[in-house]
Parts: sequence; C-alpha cells; structure tokens
Amino acid sequence: MTDYNFAYLDEQTKRMIRRAILKGLAIPGYQVPFASREMPMPYGWGTGGVQVSAAVLTPDDTFKVIDQGADDTTNAVSIRRFFQKTAGVKVTEATEEASVIQTRHRIPEQDLRDDQILVYQVPIPEPLRFLEPSEVETRKMHALEEYGLMHVKLYEDISQHGAIATAYAYPVKVEGRYVMDPSPIPKFDNPKLEMAGIQLFGAGREQRIYAIPPYTQVVSLDFDDYPFEASKADHACDLCGAEDSYLDELIVDDEGGRMFMCSDTDYCAGRRKQGHVGAQGVPYAEDAA
Amino acid sequence: MTPLLQVEDVAKFYGHRIGCTDVSFDLYPGEVMGIVGESGSGKSTLLNCLAGHLTPDRGAVRFDTRADGMRDTITMSEPERRMLSRTDWAFVHQHARDGLRMNVSAGGNVGERLMAVNARHYGDIRDKAIDWLGRVEITSDRIDDRPTQFSGGMQQRLQIARNLVTGPRLVFMDEPTGGLDVSVQARLLDLLRGLVREMNLSAIIVTHDLAVVRLLADRLMVMKDGHVIETGLTDQVLDDPQHAYTQLLVSSVLQV
Repeated sequence: MTDYNFAYLDEQTKRMIRRAILKGLAIPGYQVPFASREMPMPYGWGTGGVQVSAAVLTPDDTFKVIDQGADDTTNAVSIRRFFQKTAGVKVTEATEEASVIQTRHRIPEQDLRDDQILVYQVPIPEPLRFLEPSEVETRKMHALEEYGLMHVKLYEDISQHGAIATAYAYPVKVEGRYVMDPSPIPKFDNPKLEMAGIQLFGAGREQRIYAIPPYTQVVSLDFDDYPFEASKADHACDLCGAEDSYLDELIVDDEGGRMFMCSDTDYCAGRRKQGHVGAQGVPYAEDAA
Repeated sequence: MTPLLQVEDVAKFYGHRIGCTDVSFDLYPGEVMGIVGESGSGKSTLLNCLAGHLTPDRGAVRFDTRADGMRDTITMSEPERRMLSRTDWAFVHQHARDGLRMNVSAGGNVGERLMAVNARHYGDIRDKAIDWLGRVEITSDRIDDRPTQFSGGMQQRLQIARNLVTGPRLVFMDEPTGGLDVSVQARLLDLLRGLVREMNLSAIIVTHDLAVVRLLADRLMVMKDGHVIETGLTDQVLDDPQHAYTQLLVSSVLQV
C-alpha cells in the first residue's frame, strides 16, 4: 500500500481527471478530452474506467466492479484487486453496500441511490464514429447539433432487419442536447440511465470523459412509427426465477440444452437468498454446500 | 424580380496565385448558368466559394433566404450556412463517391437530408425515397442496395435524388456528367433538364463540356486563368464567340 500513491495515480493526474469530470457533469453528454495515462493494463480492458475510479475514490469508499453484470469474471476481479492493493479501500460484491461501482457494459438491476457513483468503461465514446470517420467533422456535428446522421443508422437497421436491430450501445440524447454513446450496455438498460446516482464514463484509449448528472433526462433515439423498445430474452431466470432482469443465455450440453440466468450475479444471488428458485435452480443453501 | 444569388467581386487566392478574381453576376430564380473553361481556370474554386466550401478572400455572395431575404453567406454564421446547404442548396459532385455515403443503402442516402431536417417517421421517409428513386429512374427494388452495387450512371442519378429530395432552390453542379459514357450522359442530361424545368430550379453548372452547357444552361460564363473573359446567353456565346480564347474553345470541340 505504501509503495503506491493512493489509488495508483499521482495527485496532479487525479486533479486533472477531476476537472474533466466536473466539466462533463456541467455539460451532460459532452465528451471532455483529458490526458489519459498509461495504466498497468492494456487499452480495451477498462483503462478509462480505472482512471475515473481512481480520481473519485476516497479512503472511506466501498468499491465494486462488475463485468457484463458479473462480479467474478477476470476483468472484474483484477480491477477490484488492483484498487484493493493500491488504495486499500473496502470492496464488496453487493450493489447495496458499494459507494463506487465500476462497470463494463451493464447497469445493476437494483436502482442506485444518490450517494452512489457508477463508472463506465467506454471503448468508443463517439456515437457518430462509424458513420462519419472524421473526428473534426463529428465534433462540428456535435457543436452544431446536426444529428440527422444518427437516424440514418437506425433507418438502415429497419430497412435491413425490419426493426431497429441495434441491441447495445444504443444512442441516446442527453438533456435534449448532446447525442451520447451509453457504452455497450444492452438497450434493456437504457431506461435506467435516468437514475439517482452520478454516472461517469471513461474512455482511456480515446482520451475522453463524459457524464450524466443525477436525474438527467436521457432519451433513446427512435422513429415515430418504430419506437424504442427495451428488449431482453423472453424468459425468466432459471436460477432465481426473476422475470424483470437482463438474462445471459448459457449452452449447458451438446444436445441443445440451455439455461437463461441473470447477468447481474449479485441480484440473482440476493433473490436466491430470499428463497426464490427458478426452473432449473436449487435452493440457495444446498448450492453453497 | 429580385435575384436568387448575387455575386459581387468575389476573389480567392492561393498564396500569390490567383484562384479566381473579379467575379460578379446575378442569378435569377429558374435560371441555369454554365461556367466553362479549361482545367485550372478557376471554375471549381469559384463554385466552392459560392457553395460555402471555401472562404473567398474578397467579395460578397448574397442569397435570397426564405426567412430574412438577402443575406451574405460568407459572413453569416456557420450553423446558418450549413443549414442552407442541407435545405435550400444542393451540391452535385463530379465523383458520386464524394457526394454519397457508400456504406449506406440508396434509401438511407436519399433519406439523410430529410432526417437532417428532423423527419422522424420511417414510413414517410421511405415513401419519399422510393418516389425520388423513381424520378431518377432507379427501380424501387434497389432501395436497400448500397451505391457500391450501382453503375457509375446510377450512382450519379442517386446523388441527384439525394440532393433534390428536400426541394432545394439552388443547385451547384461540378462536372455532373464527367466520366460517364455518352449514352449515359445523354440520359442524365435529359433527366436534369426535366427536373430543372419541373422544379423551377436555379443551377450553376461547372463543366468543360460545351455540349452540356448548350443543353442545360441559359447563360454562360467563360473563365481563363481565374478571370471571367466572356459572358452572355449560351447560344450567343457559343455561336458568335467574341474573345479569342472562347473562339479557340468553341473551335476545339471535336466534330463527329
């Protein structure tokens, strides 16, 4: 612990990142450039999220990391241990107990409170990137609020697939002004972007930070005759029986056997502890033994 | 009648070299003006200055806007100018690739300008796209194909549909028939002539092909070395050229 400055980054760097975060909060959805640092992990593994977390963590915080909703995957475990080692903060897997949650591609099922911060890892912050490759041009489009092109992408979806096929990284308009990439969360999570907690987005390789303040209006883009729909697998969780959570599909044998389970592991475990059992599940205590 | 476009003493320099200089003219609603000249005569520079792609070093380009009448497009703010260029103006590039999104379907290409002015009803956008593809002789079953699957002539027609879908009043064309073979050129010219008359469009056409201006343009401007050397009615300039260079230009056309 003493070998590192608190939370790995030096104080000047954290101040620089905090300034970017404050600017991001002041202009919801606007991508603030920042001087992204080299982190002891490869780009694409959450270097942006880690820098944002490092800048907002205090010694009193309780930290939680999820990767696609799960607390026990490689990426989540290594980032959690990273801050355990370099910041010495308490860590948890319970959404309820965490004050800072770093996430890769999910929003926890349980509603966040206004004393919680959600930090997203963002691979590509520019929602217009694949439509307009020039960054000079896309910045101009943001500045002048020229967002017609975003609907061209949705138009293409409908003309090719008969419905808006974009299932993740679904573009949103924040507070009636900036169009924003919510990072590759499933569109099921889009309605949850209007929440009590502070949401911070960090893109390390692309050197951008943006934010959504609490209770900010976030609207998913759509057409009048093809309205936005938050979709999920039409199933209940096979472990805990939840019908309102986002599900992962798991192939369990080579005979077509499959099961659906909550992608949010903490939510699923919590429900099972309360005694809910899904179609293929077993009561919580038996499983633990 | 007030002119639609008023160009006054426009000049653009590239360092010490002249791009174009001392250009002044008025363009009235429904009028088609041709600009001819050899490569390097400054005609594309002039067109880009008028269309807002380049900022001239001197002069004024006044456009009769729907809202506030005559406005200088050079001094107006960038959002206003960009708004003009996706509503009242259209720009047809010589190479369709410059004017189209090659990885977006034909329907998406036509619909983009509609969505840029806040069309948010998929069905309506699609109906309009089909209508416009029909007008430029592209069958509706090609609406979901990408321009990469189109021939050169079709790409050019698609570009025209994409530009005209918002009902512009002024169209800038930079060599619209360049690089097309003659039979395709003839059909494209026919189509353009029909659309210009039908929609009462004003147009400025830059080309080095005298046959194109003879067919399309009411008035002609001949440029050389950045200067306008002769102007007049198209037939008058082509049949009775006054300036030595225009005489050379007219007599250089190959006779079949």
